[in-house]
Amino acid sequence: MSAIANHSQLTIHEAHQLLKTRQISAVELARTCLARIREVEPELQALVTVTDELALSQAQKAEALIAAGDAQSPLSGIPVLIKDNLCTRGVRTTCSSRMLGDFVPPYDATVVEKLTGCHAVIVGKTNMDEFAMGSSTENSAFFPTRNPWDRSRVPGGSSGGSAVGVAAGEAIYALGSDTGGSIRQPAGFCSVTGLKPTYGRVSRYGLVAFASSLDQIGPLTQDVADCALVLNAIAGYDPRDSTSVPYPAPDYTQCLTDDLNGLRLGVPKEYFVEGMQPEVATVIRTAISRLEELGAGIDWEVSLPHTPYALAAYYIIAPSEASANLARYDGVKYGFSYLETNNMWQAMEKTRQRGFGPEVKRRIMLGTYALSAGYYDAWYLKAQKVRTLIRQEFDQAFEKYDALVTPTSPTAPFRIGEKVDDPLQMYLSDVCTLPINIAGLPAVSIPTGFADGLPVGMQIIGKPFSEETILKIAYAFQQATDWHKRKPAI
Amino acid sequence: MKLSREEVLHIARLARLGLDEAEVDKFREQLSELLESFAVLQRVDTTGITPTAHSIALENVVRSDQVAASLPPDQILANAPQKEGDFFRVRPVLGDR
Repeated sequence: MSAIANHSQLTIHEAHQLLKTRQISAVELARTCLARIREVEPELQALVTVTDELALSQAQKAEALIAAGDAQSPLSGIPVLIKDNLCTRGVRTTCSSRMLGDFVPPYDATVVEKLTGCHAVIVGKTNMDEFAMGSSTENSAFFPTRNPWDRSRVPGGSSGGSAVGVAAGEAIYALGSDTGGSIRQPAGFCSVTGLKPTYGRVSRYGLVAFASSLDQIGPLTQDVADCALVLNAIAGYDPRDSTSVPYPAPDYTQCLTDDLNGLRLGVPKEYFVEGMQPEVATVIRTAISRLEELGAGIDWEVSLPHTPYALAAYYIIAPSEASANLARYDGVKYGFSYLETNNMWQAMEKTRQRGFGPEVKRRIMLGTYALSAGYYDAWYLKAQKVRTLIRQEFDQAFEKYDALVTPTSPTAPFRIGEKVDDPLQMYLSDVCTLPINIAGLPAVSIPTGFADGLPVGMQIIGKPFSEETILKIAYAFQQATDWHKRKPAI
Repeated sequence: MKLSREEVLHIARLARLGLDEAEVDKFREQLSELLESFAVLQRVDTTGITPTAHSIALENVVRSDQVAASLPPDQILANAPQKEGDFFRVRPVLGDR
């Protein structure tokens, strides 16, 4: 690993100490990350936009505050990457789509406002699957992002750029979004920590909507302690998001202990799917045994019988909601616009034909079909009823267990190009993460080892608003192991 | 569960998505295969089950009707593909298809 990498591979809590005690400066830290970006981007392509001027200006302001003793937040002066579906005022926000290739938002997402309010230093906007639709970042309209652990392989998706940025030290942490696994699965594939909060815990205002009942924003970090720090900054009620819950958020750093005695964990066997990579199953079982050694009680025989239906339910519900959310892209008020016609409908049709990539079109069409007259009851309504059953099953499980533990993905990162022509194969890589979005639960993925040199993530799922419990379990695991400290050789 | 060409064109029309011939064929294949696979949902007994629209259900989320500042017109128009003065320029809506 290069000398440049060292500083950018500090955690938030380490960097905060060094900044507070003036051993490094915020500007130095920003320059380190920007240099690291220049060093690795030709190979990794995790970023759509590098925001060097903004970063240096924010770093200077943070430095002045830190020097005056006025920087209250542990995130002050710390470089961060923002997924490119989060609106950043004055900074291009593309969703990795030609439809928004030149779109510059006139406002910040709430989470971006919260971070800039903490004097965070934004170093770039990250590449993603177009409109968050995908599991490999290969659906970006611009370029695929490469996994730093093996550059012929995918980083996962749709927050692939964010996961890679953290793994490769292009920033100290990142924000991503998760609708069916889009934070957790790339976190697993890149060996970083990624959390999807309970639905409604973090405001979606300013997140370009994909599926409004499933989307959540969350942190990708180098460890659980950092994850808690970021969650502290972004969680909370926002009147501008009417699905944002009016429950106060606790200080998530307070729950981080390494004592799991008395905790009951369940392992739902349906998540060890047929066709799962055997080495991945072995790594996960070893990790769960470790949790048992740390004091947790494990029930290896939990069953959630409706799990196999979650994929179908998700791939009806999410595209249906997407077909409504993406109807706004009509070339009229913003975004790409086909101009060579004076016919309104043709303009819209051609705009959408040229502006959207194939996966986006596929999902819009699936969703339009499922919601259309004559099919709504059999498809969309049916899927929503199955959703109720899936949720009820989780609720019953959480009466007996404090958390559930599963693999994050059935396989290690696959090769670029391997699944991109087979939509169903691609969808199967999210089979462990999708049910969690359907039920609105919080879940975190943490590095748990390697299968043939490729990262494996373990997922810890909690009942609604139990981020403290799942973070505690993840923290204890990280105190007893060092998987999360390994870095790719780049 | 094979979709017909007409069904694909109908869906595309509802979604205002232009498709060329190759896309119609490709999506017809892919959507048929996907729907075939998702039809497994029909096997689940959902008698008496109410649908879930939102996993964390809130009710009647309202705010008081207070006038506040909006974005100024120049910012709203900044990304407009076509504009004229303080207006978005659009094509004629009436009198066609």
